[in-house]
Amino acid sequence: MLHLILFLVFGAVCVAGAVNLLAQRHPINGALSLVAVMGSLAVEYLLLGAEFVAAVQVIVYAGAIMVLFVFVIMLLNAGVEERTKGSRVALLFGVPGMLLGSVLIGWVLLGHGAETVPVGALPGAPKVIAWLLFHDFLLPFEVTSILVLIAIMGAVVLASHPDTEQGKKES
Amino acid sequence: MPALLRNTLFRNQALNITAFIIVSVIKTVLSLFVLLTAVAYTVWLERKVVGHMQNRWGPTRVGPFGLLQPLADGVKFLFKEDLTPPHVYKPLYIAAPMIAVVFALTSIAVVPFGNWIKIGTLHIPLQITDVNIGLLIILGVTSLGVYGVALAGWSSNSKYSLLGGLRASAQMISYEISLGLSLVGVLMLAGSLSLRDIVDAQRGVFWGFIPRWNIFYGGQFIAFFIYLMSAYAETNRIPFDLPEAETELVAGYHTEYSAMKFAMFFMAEYANMITVAAVASLLFLGGWHGPVFGPPILRALLPVFWFVLRIFGFLFVYIWVRGTLPRFRYDQLMAFGWKFLLPLAIANLLITALVVAIRS
Amino acid sequence: MVPISYYLILSGILFACGVTGFLIKRNIISIFMSIELMLNGVNLSFVAFAAQWHALSGQVFVFFVMVVAAAEAAVGLAIIISVYRTRETLNVDQVDLLKL
Repeated sequence: MLHLILFLVFGAVCVAGAVNLLAQRHPINGALSLVAVMGSLAVEYLLLGAEFVAAVQVIVYAGAIMVLFVFVIMLLNAGVEERTKGSRVALLFGVPGMLLGSVLIGWVLLGHGAETVPVGALPGAPKVIAWLLFHDFLLPFEVTSILVLIAIMGAVVLASHPDTEQGKKES
Repeated sequence: MPALLRNTLFRNQALNITAFIIVSVIKTVLSLFVLLTAVAYTVWLERKVVGHMQNRWGPTRVGPFGLLQPLADGVKFLFKEDLTPPHVYKPLYIAAPMIAVVFALTSIAVVPFGNWIKIGTLHIPLQITDVNIGLLIILGVTSLGVYGVALAGWSSNSKYSLLGGLRASAQMISYEISLGLSLVGVLMLAGSLSLRDIVDAQRGVFWGFIPRWNIFYGGQFIAFFIYLMSAYAETNRIPFDLPEAETELVAGYHTEYSAMKFAMFFMAEYANMITVAAVASLLFLGGWHGPVFGPPILRALLPVFWFVLRIFGFLFVYIWVRGTLPRFRYDQLMAFGWKFLLPLAIANLLITALVVAIRS
Repeated sequence: MVPISYYLILSGILFACGVTGFLIKRNIISIFMSIELMLNGVNLSFVAFAAQWHALSGQVFVFFVMVVAAAEAAVGLAIIISVYRTRETLNVDQVDLLKL
């Protein structure tokens, strides 16, 4: 019972944040509602027993990636969005189309998977995940570390000032 | 907690749940009250200690030894005119100090203050909640605290605030990495992320009288040094306080704030200091272990006293450094964090991992 | 007890919102944030299935998704910064010429 209540409350926060991201015209408001979505998603992960994934979601996603977004919005001084003809057309066709699509998917899903999962069904303890990460998934782990290195170099080169030699000091 | 989710309705089960809720609420209110009072008196401590280092008295007039000075400051902040400049982005201007304070006060939820208190048949751990991933929660809340600073700097719509906010948030996220990495050595020694387990692993003495703290027995003195430096940078204190230096940036990200909102940023900074001191005491300095004697009530409260003593020592070193060192320039600061502390933290991690692997 | 299909419906709603945002927004940064929303929806799906089939590889894969999202966010935002420097606008409708 409490599980259902918690799921519904934080699911409502997720959906409200996602809809707010669509409705807001200033990107900074969108970024902050996305942070709220990520926070409530972390709680949903906790309800599914994935405690380590929830902590990493808060530390990495909400605490680092979204801070990067907020930095760029602050640096570029992104203003309020303008309404053009193209955006009105997209609104007219896009929103009903996606609503229709999601209602269809929801209807199909409700018909099928009715297995219930109790709270914390799967022990997502850091020890177990670390074992998997460093034994079964060692190759993807090493490859993603090289990917991150390439991304760092790429970001520094792309964002560096074209006139001077030195790049910017922000992340 | 699993008891709460089973749908059985036995009478003593309901009483158990009610007792649990009441005790948790009391613990939360007490911890918040103690933390806020500690924040106020840390300000007093700083003014006294820095004053004595500069060969002058600190506050002496309001109450004996100036002990009622924080009260007078609080009243002053409440009565000051709360000015909202016209060109700010109002929603975020008002929300930013609230975000800073909320995340600064949240970390106290997983910090254990001592062992157990026994009331009748009820065993109450001196911690609001003991989660398996307590340390990660503190790191996560520290990462989220950057938003308060960044949004304050941007929403104030002024060049000093924007620059100060950008500098402060870039500094905070750079030093979060070495902060986290310096703690991984301790985690490898303790084998758990729960703060209570980490403290329990530092029980006892070796060689007769030296306590088994992680800084001595665990060999984590380099990690302690890295943690100390990263903590100074995280909380924007001297020698890393360029983002709020008066001679450089007027007041950095809180230039345009007045009265209660400024007081909230102030409180958030000192609450962060206390949280960082508490984590250092738990992880490196042995938590609440110390000589315990006497009747049961004393046995339950003495560990809290030793813990508070360690936090006080750490805060004293904080204030001592503030009174002594000049501040880094911004590029020196960033170079120190990325090019010195980060490789040193990784090296410490490697050596600790080698030692743990060889020992087991 | 919450059926797994509820989690999947929530994940589907988040993904649909992400796609809608991608289609209707005109600011580059908002489009990029809708992509992050889609990735989050997919992460929830992974964790839900990991809980259903008792396979921890679902949670491990969430890590890889997060790492890739971080790398993509860094490079994407750097590209946005350099596009802004040359075109002086963040509106996708106005970035429609290969050569200025």
